Amino acid sequence: MASPPETPGAVLESSDRPRADKAGLVTLTLKIRRYNPELRGDESWWDEFTIEADPNDRLLDALHHVKWYQDGTLALRRSCAHGICGSDALMINGRNRLACKVLVKDVQPKVTVEPIRGLPVLKDLYVDMEPFFDGYRSILPYLVSDEAEPEAERLQSPEERHRFDDTTKCILCACCTTSCPIFWGDAGYVGPAAIVNAHRFIHDSRDGAADERLKILSDKTGVFRCRTTFNCTEACPRGIEVTKAIQDVKRLILLDRF
Amino acid sequence: MTVTHTYDAVIVGAGGAGLRAAIEASDRVRTAVISKLYPTRSHTGTAQGGVCAALSNVEEDYPEWHAFDTVKGGDYLVDQPAAELMCEEAVHAIYELEHWGLPFNRTPDGKIDQRRFGGHTRNHGEAPVRRACYAADRTGHMILQTLYQQCVKRSVRFFNEFYVLDLLMADGRAAGVVAYELATGELHVFRAKSVLFATGGFGRMFKVSSNAHTLTGDGPAVVWRRGIPLEDMEFFQFHPTGVYRMGILLSEAVRGEGGILLNGELERFMERYAPTVKDLAPRDLVSRAIYQEIKEGRGAGPKRDAVWLDVRHLPREIIEEKLPDVTEFARVYLSVEPTTELVPIQPTAHYAMGGIPTDVDGRVVLGAEETPVLGLYAAGECACVSVHGANRLGTNSLLDIVVFGRRGGKHATGYASQADLAEPPERPEGFAQDMVSALLDRREGTNAADIRAQLQESMFDLAFVVRTEPGLKKMQDLLADLRERFARVRVQDTGRMFNTELMEAVELGFLLDNAAALVGSALARDESRGAHFREDHPLRDDEHWLKHSLAYRLEDGSVRMEYKDVKLGPYVPMERKY
Repeated sequence: MASPPETPGAVLESSDRPRADKAGLVTLTLKIRRYNPELRGDESWWDEFTIEADPNDRLLDALHHVKWYQDGTLALRRSCAHGICGSDALMINGRNRLACKVLVKDVQPKVTVEPIRGLPVLKDLYVDMEPFFDGYRSILPYLVSDEAEPEAERLQSPEERHRFDDTTKCILCACCTTSCPIFWGDAGYVGPAAIVNAHRFIHDSRDGAADERLKILSDKTGVFRCRTTFNCTEACPRGIEVTKAIQDVKRLILLDRF
Repeated sequence: MTVTHTYDAVIVGAGGAGLRAAIEASDRVRTAVISKLYPTRSHTGTAQGGVCAALSNVEEDYPEWHAFDTVKGGDYLVDQPAAELMCEEAVHAIYELEHWGLPFNRTPDGKIDQRRFGGHTRNHGEAPVRRACYAADRTGHMILQTLYQQCVKRSVRFFNEFYVLDLLMADGRAAGVVAYELATGELHVFRAKSVLFATGGFGRMFKVSSNAHTLTGDGPAVVWRRGIPLEDMEFFQFHPTGVYRMGILLSEAVRGEGGILLNGELERFMERYAPTVKDLAPRDLVSRAIYQEIKEGRGAGPKRDAVWLDVRHLPREIIEEKLPDVTEFARVYLSVEPTTELVPIQPTAHYAMGGIPTDVDGRVVLGAEETPVLGLYAAGECACVSVHGANRLGTNSLLDIVVFGRRGGKHATGYASQADLAEPPERPEGFAQDMVSALLDRREGTNAADIRAQLQESMFDLAFVVRTEPGLKKMQDLLADLRERFARVRVQDTGRMFNTELMEAVELGFLLDNAAALVGSALARDESRGAHFREDHPLRDDEHWLKHSLAYRLEDGSVRMEYKDVKLGPYVPMERKY
């Protein structure tokens, strides 16, 4: 068991971020859901931090400021900081967003930050991503083709390519899956992101495993668990029409089998 | 407690190069991929514009033309046989990605579509050529996803969120690595016959950078601390079109599709600097031109420290279909509508041409005689083959990772299938344990974030697009001071679970080492070549400097320089005009 938290920043030589220009900064209060089993066992709690921030900064920059200058124990995932790597999916003011795609000016003066729901919380804003990736892996997320590979590229018309364009944008951030009330209630449901990735291959003219994927998704953990709440579409930071993709897969299964 | 694993091949890093190597290795030998991120979070995913290969799908093209452009673009510091090989193998590498399902944009007749990119020309500089294969402005995303999908298909064994802190060597051979497991704080010893580093770049040493927070040069620093030199570290690419202030990349594809640059007086200034290819000149030239415009008072924006990227004249369907992501970046991060407004941009630290010296099979090589280190490999941005020389052409990084990821993975596999396992040193985790304990056990000390901020701001001021001897000397002194302060860093979080504060401090140590190698190499090279521009020595000096730098780490963290010859070929160095 680690020692209890001390006053943040108390023994640091300096704890103010160097800023050339303080003009134009705004005050932002971050209310953050905390969880740290090494310090407090199973209890989770809220902490509030107040910082000065540039209104055009990202919420991720504000979280960094808290971590770097106020409380180093705050734990969160992040990498690219511009909405492509999908690391920093968080529940921000009750909605799933990437912290690097939310600007301070859009949430000030106060913002609430929590881990995404439906996956086990490990520490602060860290959740266990394995169940999410299990769902992804279950739908054969790779091109399957029995045909002999030509020497050059396989041909595919721009129209054929366009058919699955929307679902190729998925960055596996889990915003959609962890916004879904069905997923919250039943982690066995593969969830929207897995279906989006199945859709991407089902509609690829080069792929030969559509039937197999549709069979997997017609199972009791598959698409028919969806109750069309549209949370997933609303949550997607890539603007993918997630619900539409799910409905499309449902329709293919129904047309095919019933 | 330390856990010990034994594999044939260990790959460190799960971006494009690491995943491509893993595909090569996993079918044939027991392979582990160790990554500090989930693979799909890797920075390959943020590459936008395209990957070049002379497919001739839309106009006449040849690998030889591509090789010439690569050598000239690299300001003749490129090892020419390596560039020729890369451009030859490019064609097959693209078809392979397509066969694995990569959703390239298509021509009307169903082939892979191709577009223009900076520095890529027909017939040795006549005019821009359509060579870049692409998937909208998400080519890197599609490559990363496709390679990861192939790894899922092959059930590759990943150790995600494991940070490699040390390389194990035995009798001059690679014996494995030591990694820190973020979830538990435990150290793991991975014994292996071959080790391949594919950890990416280190752009986070600069304040304005397109690079992810996690790009901290871990691989180069880890091997540097074990006596391996770093090659051509002074050559760091500053991409001309970063989102103003934030540095987020706005792809060169914007200019490939017809976007232009304007200065504060709304003049298309690239016409003066590169009359033939204009806005599609290589990145080093464009970044310097922007610097010059700003310096001469023709910058844009309230502080006159930006220039404009203009796409208002492009057809809306081109913007929406071919450049959707960069358009969104402007909207989200600048609140600018690119279809009707000018986008403020500035050069951003983007790509390391230098890194761990390797041959064309990914083998890490030592000294001027290039002696291979048995079992040790590197590929991708952390490596220096050298195919990019003093300035990488756009799209050639994505090509590098698939071509040399495959070659490195293949050779590492071949070696591992015939070599025996080297005996690791006694208490193999000792070095890594000491590194972590020093940070955790210190009861008082200094804040890592302050040191990082000062490093980034100073490198931006003193070692960016334009460099001088006094500036670099100042930076070198400052680095010595920052290293001394780093030795007193303490972390507030002393826990074992997900201690990202601890790992960020370790990464800062890696960054400081990479910066020392960069600045030492830049100070020694008193000429200007490619991305390395010395205002006090503005000309290229082939007589003295047609050679690669090798920076070695001394005990106190400072740098000793050696050099090795450039491997020349058919292309005789000439003045670089576009």
